[in-house]
Amino acid sequence: MAENQAKDGRRLARLAWGRLGQARWLLAAGVAAILLLHAAGGGSLPLVLAAIAALVAVAALVPRRLASGRIAAETAGARAPLPENLSAANLAAAVADPLIVFDERGAVVLANSAAATAFGNIEPGILLPLKFRAPELQQLLERMLSGEAPSMTVDHVERIPIERVYRVTATAVGNGSGLFVVVFKDQSEARRIDRMRADFIANASHELRTPLASIAGFVETLRGPARNDAAAREQFLQIMQNQTARMARLIDDLLSLSRLEMKALSAAGARVDLVGVVENVVDTLRPLAADSGVVIENKVGPGRIEVAGDRDELFQVFENLVENACKYGQQGGRVVVSVVPTAAGEVAIEVRDFGPGIPEEHIPRVTERFYRVDVDSSRAQKGTGLGLSIVKHIVTRHRGRLAISSRLGEGSAFTVHLPAE
Amino acid sequence: MTVMPSHHIVSAYDDELKHLTRKIAAMGGHAERMVDQAVSALVHADPALARKVIADDLFLDEAQRDIDDRTILMIARRQPLAVDLREIIGAIRIAADLERVGDLGKNVAKRTIAVADGLDPTSPFRGLQALADLALTQLKDVLDVYATRAVDRLGATRDRDDQIDAMYTSLFRELLTYMMEDPRNITPCTHLLFCAKNIERIGDHATNIAETIYYIVTGEQLPANRPKEDKSHRVRIGPS
Repeated sequence: MAENQAKDGRRLARLAWGRLGQARWLLAAGVAAILLLHAAGGGSLPLVLAAIAALVAVAALVPRRLASGRIAAETAGARAPLPENLSAANLAAAVADPLIVFDERGAVVLANSAAATAFGNIEPGILLPLKFRAPELQQLLERMLSGEAPSMTVDHVERIPIERVYRVTATAVGNGSGLFVVVFKDQSEARRIDRMRADFIANASHELRTPLASIAGFVETLRGPARNDAAAREQFLQIMQNQTARMARLIDDLLSLSRLEMKALSAAGARVDLVGVVENVVDTLRPLAADSGVVIENKVGPGRIEVAGDRDELFQVFENLVENACKYGQQGGRVVVSVVPTAAGEVAIEVRDFGPGIPEEHIPRVTERFYRVDVDSSRAQKGTGLGLSIVKHIVTRHRGRLAISSRLGEGSAFTVHLPAE
Repeated sequence: MTVMPSHHIVSAYDDELKHLTRKIAAMGGHAERMVDQAVSALVHADPALARKVIADDLFLDEAQRDIDDRTILMIARRQPLAVDLREIIGAIRIAADLERVGDLGKNVAKRTIAVADGLDPTSPFRGLQALADLALTQLKDVLDVYATRAVDRLGATRDRDDQIDAMYTSLFRELLTYMMEDPRNITPCTHLLFCAKNIERIGDHATNIAETIYYIVTGEQLPANRPKEDKSHRVRIGPS
């Protein structure tokens, strides 16, 4: 009790002293003014002293800036030391956007895992202006390093390997720490919706026109010359049904491709077991293979082959490749999926068929949208011309590559190279 | 393999070397942007963008001259040895390659107007874009290695050169076909043929740069064991 009173007393004294300190200049001026009045002959000495005492007492006791002062005092009291596990590296890792800290020489101090996913490994010590060479980023880094501006934002478009639009903001860390942080905010989605619309019209309208024209033609025939011909009617309706199914497939594939292009690669750090993925794909496609008279030999595994990536997308890669192998390599009778040796730091899985093979001049082009080696056979196999461009897109965004080799009469091999860790 | 820069007592010398590498990176960024925009101008028939690309070439010319002057001065004043000497000589060579890349990009941009009128099939443009993407990926990978000095990544970039050659041969064949289909296609297709050749050359310059970087970092030459050729000189399409 007594202790508390003593504490309160001390607190009040401290408060009063603080208020005096805050008002010292005003007080000094007031005292000086009173003394001046006294010197000029106004009032007696005790009166003057009393006036000064009153002034000081009021200054010490009347609280100033009550609310703000108390809030400041409270927050100061609440500011416990940061917990030890809240290090800069942990904080950076928790940020979902690519974030890189660099020093005044432009050398990387820290890059979070989102940055590694977006730009590949950025080891500490690398000079940032050498890595980000686009003119607008050069200018940004130049201005930060020369200290011209404490913070700056530019828009940056990256086209290789995958088109990405970033709003890049660089800021000095703290005051005079000599460190800077640059954050890449992904803006691709908004931008790509526009592009998608244009692309869709350019690519799809051409591809959709053919089946549509054929349907229109048959409708016209059915209403005219073939009005009363039951046999022809059945045949035409069948064709029309096939054509609408083809248009539906085409739209599905186009949407799937657009979705892939819109969505950033899923959260960094997800691990996928390729052995499991290939097993699932083979199980899924076994009925289709049996229909075409093809045996799928799965030589991947046992064991685990782990890569960083998105399971559904990698499933689609192998699904498309094995499905293609079954369809176009049908006459070979078998399809082999296996692990093949490759450069260090990579894993490679090959899907090989023993069909007619792809003529050399077409090989570099088969991953282009709507590129077909043989239009008739592609149509017969219900191909949309998009399967391999989807594969290539997924592999590229996993920072891998797709290698194609083929010999006429001996078959083709599609090899997916993915970075191993 | 990351090689840390050696430390010099003379820090001004360090600054000069650092400035040199940064200038090379800036040139690289400009060259990449020029090629990208040149092809984009061509594919989308955008003469304004083409003019911008042509104007941008000035930066590369000036930067190359600047690097030449600086390196000559550095050699004369500092008498560099070993890795420093290789760094400086390498910078001269890379700057020359990048300047050529810029010229090739400019040349592609210049043809935009001639190609713009007529030529219905969109597919050669798609092929050209794909070829340019390959060449640009090649250039980007190589310049990334210049930043990281991780020369073990150069193997994959050299493989890509074969893909570029195959793609070029395929485009060559395709363009010939269009010309045979309709004589009115000959003018635009001939221009596109030159564009394709220019882009293919950009891939070759990227390979040159890769070799220079390997030399800077290791002091050894990349083994020259690759049969490098595109097969377009053998393509013949007779009237059918």
